[in-house]
Amino acid sequence: MPKRFAAIWFRYLLTDQKAIRQPDLKGKPYVFAEPDHGRLLITALTAEARKYGVVEGMTVADARIIAPELLVFDGKPGRNLKLLTGLAEWCLRYTPLVQLDPPDGLLLDVTGCTHLKGGEKAFLQEIVSRLKAIGYDIRPAIADTIGAAWGVARCAAAGLIVPEGMHRNALMPLPPAALRLPADALLKLRNLGLHQISSFIYMPDSVLRRRFGKNMVLRLQQALGQEVEYLFPMKEPVPYTERLDCLEPVTTRTAIEIGLNDLLERLCKRLYGEGLGVRSAMLTWYRIDGKNGSITIGTNHASNRVPHLFKLFFIKLDTVAPGMGIELFILEARQTEPVSDKQNELWSAKGGAESDDVAELLDRVAGRIGTATIHRYLPGEHYWPERTPRPAELRKAPESEWRTDKPRPMQILDQPEPIEAMALTPDYPPKLFIWKGEQHIIVGADGPERIEREWWLEPGEHRDYYIAEDEAGRRYWLFRSGHYNAENNQHWYLHGFFA
Amino acid sequence: MPQTKEEIISKLRQDMIRWEGFRPPQPGVHHDLGLGPVAAAFPGGVFPTGAIHEFISSSPEDTAASGGFIAGLVQKLLRNGGACLWISYTRRIYPPALKLFGVDPDRVIFVDVPLQKDVLWVTEEALKCEGVAAVICETKAFSFMESQRLQLAVEKSRVTGFILRKDVKKANTTACVTRWQIRPVRSQLRSGMPGVGYPRWQVELLKVRNGRPGNWTIEWKKQNFQPVILPQIAEPARQYA
Repeated sequence: MPKRFAAIWFRYLLTDQKAIRQPDLKGKPYVFAEPDHGRLLITALTAEARKYGVVEGMTVADARIIAPELLVFDGKPGRNLKLLTGLAEWCLRYTPLVQLDPPDGLLLDVTGCTHLKGGEKAFLQEIVSRLKAIGYDIRPAIADTIGAAWGVARCAAAGLIVPEGMHRNALMPLPPAALRLPADALLKLRNLGLHQISSFIYMPDSVLRRRFGKNMVLRLQQALGQEVEYLFPMKEPVPYTERLDCLEPVTTRTAIEIGLNDLLERLCKRLYGEGLGVRSAMLTWYRIDGKNGSITIGTNHASNRVPHLFKLFFIKLDTVAPGMGIELFILEARQTEPVSDKQNELWSAKGGAESDDVAELLDRVAGRIGTATIHRYLPGEHYWPERTPRPAELRKAPESEWRTDKPRPMQILDQPEPIEAMALTPDYPPKLFIWKGEQHIIVGADGPERIEREWWLEPGEHRDYYIAEDEAGRRYWLFRSGHYNAENNQHWYLHGFFA
Repeated sequence: MPQTKEEIISKLRQDMIRWEGFRPPQPGVHHDLGLGPVAAAFPGGVFPTGAIHEFISSSPEDTAASGGFIAGLVQKLLRNGGACLWISYTRRIYPPALKLFGVDPDRVIFVDVPLQKDVLWVTEEALKCEGVAAVICETKAFSFMESQRLQLAVEKSRVTGFILRKDVKKANTTACVTRWQIRPVRSQLRSGMPGVGYPRWQVELLKVRNGRPGNWTIEWKKQNFQPVILPQIAEPARQYA
């Protein structure tokens, strides 16, 4: 398919924007000026100011003489880039490939996009009328090459849509300024009397290169399509994207749900055909008042099941604020992974649909409460009790066995709690201990089990653990920190409860 | 056609049990949870899976004992496949200990919910999920309405739920099939041996729908529940020093 590019030229980008924010300025001559070498130079101006003969680069003092009622505002460098970025995002509704073209233009790759609006003419008309409604005065053009579209948008008097293969003819009558050339080259061309591209388009490349530099030839060839020129999109398009244009702005929850379901069905159908599933997806909505928002979901396993993905979005659907109405939904699968046939076995190796269920359940939990709440443990190769269960991912299989040779308590305290304990003899279990003001007389005990601190990880004392059973049959896990020491107080702690 | 009065009454009884959410055990699936004499307390003599069981505990020691008892039951439930979720707001369970009760700790997913109100939401979602074999939920507050919701969820999905309640003060009515209280009791070794024996619990079945509540002493021995016949001859107190 031959490429088609659109160039949009914002003739009065900065001043139009000022008039949008201050409607009373409309129709008045005003300019933006920035200080430069101790003078104020005009950087942007309105059509009205231009009528007086004011041009860019003129000093404000000169301009005030020829146009006494001229209003001057302080310009901010970089303001146009910010505006263009916003406008480029707005243009994403027409094509996913939009490039900024500073200082005052946008470039769109509209290949295969125009038929959606009913042809190139209708496409451009819609852009013009909608931007005009906002308040921007633009000149768009569509041509086979970026260079031709750029030149036609800025310099052609008419014929803004250049038919396929006609860009050479369209360029012929245009001035050299249509070729994106630097000012010194343009001056040279004018001095030589070359006022139209047609007057030098047939000159040999070597002649042009010698007289006007390499850049001149490159630009000419790019405009003619002899040299490839790439568009660098502002936003990398996501390969799996579905869009839903609403004929009428949508405000109700039911409508949003229907739209979401529709998008998901289309996306999942595509992904299913390619054996892929969603790991992370984003739903973006564009409101008619120009605001937008998005919700993101993630899954534990790649999934292309519509009901499941819908449920994940459903949990977060409360955050959608339709305001005056939503006109466009875009669903992007930002991260996809192949759906493996082995997906069914989670780790239990039991097979069946059960593990799919569990993965989807965990997705929902993570969507509502957060991923940090879900834990799974594998045997860690540590003796230190706090490190024995090692946090692990959901799908990882254990590499070693859980140890069962030593008894371990059913419940464990995050922080061992200090207790007062009395032991008769060194290395014997305590006779009694006091925890939270209650005295427990120990009638049976096992131990000690010495657990050395893993000195390569942290310094500290070892622990001598005892399993102690009190008169009521309650079983505790106690330890003494460090060696038995007659002089100092013993440091006894309660660490857990046995079943 | 049942003709005699007894036959009609027993058939009606069975129907009523079915209407109340019990289902006859599916053939080909293990249903013996190794509870021994305790199983006789349940309708039909089978531990009701696919139902909600409530455990109350007032102290961390009781919670540990209940955890052990539940883990023993979960071990049997996991034989038929599926995952196990342990949902709590303040988790103290020590995963390696589950292995001592026959549950592979890596097959248990722990969901630590920071807010109490989300605990029951997660529990309900988990109970609706058919790939889950058992759900254990540690919670504080548990109202009648919430218990009804959970019961309705399991009646569809046949998941077994265990609610571990830590507020014994408000032992309100719930729609759960059973209510248990597990307390640790003195373990016993062969006479004269010092140390701590197998985990032993006083298992009280406070309520059971269509069954007979009871009270047993049970020991966890060799990966199985072993009923202890009481009374036994009291041993002399053990001596250490």
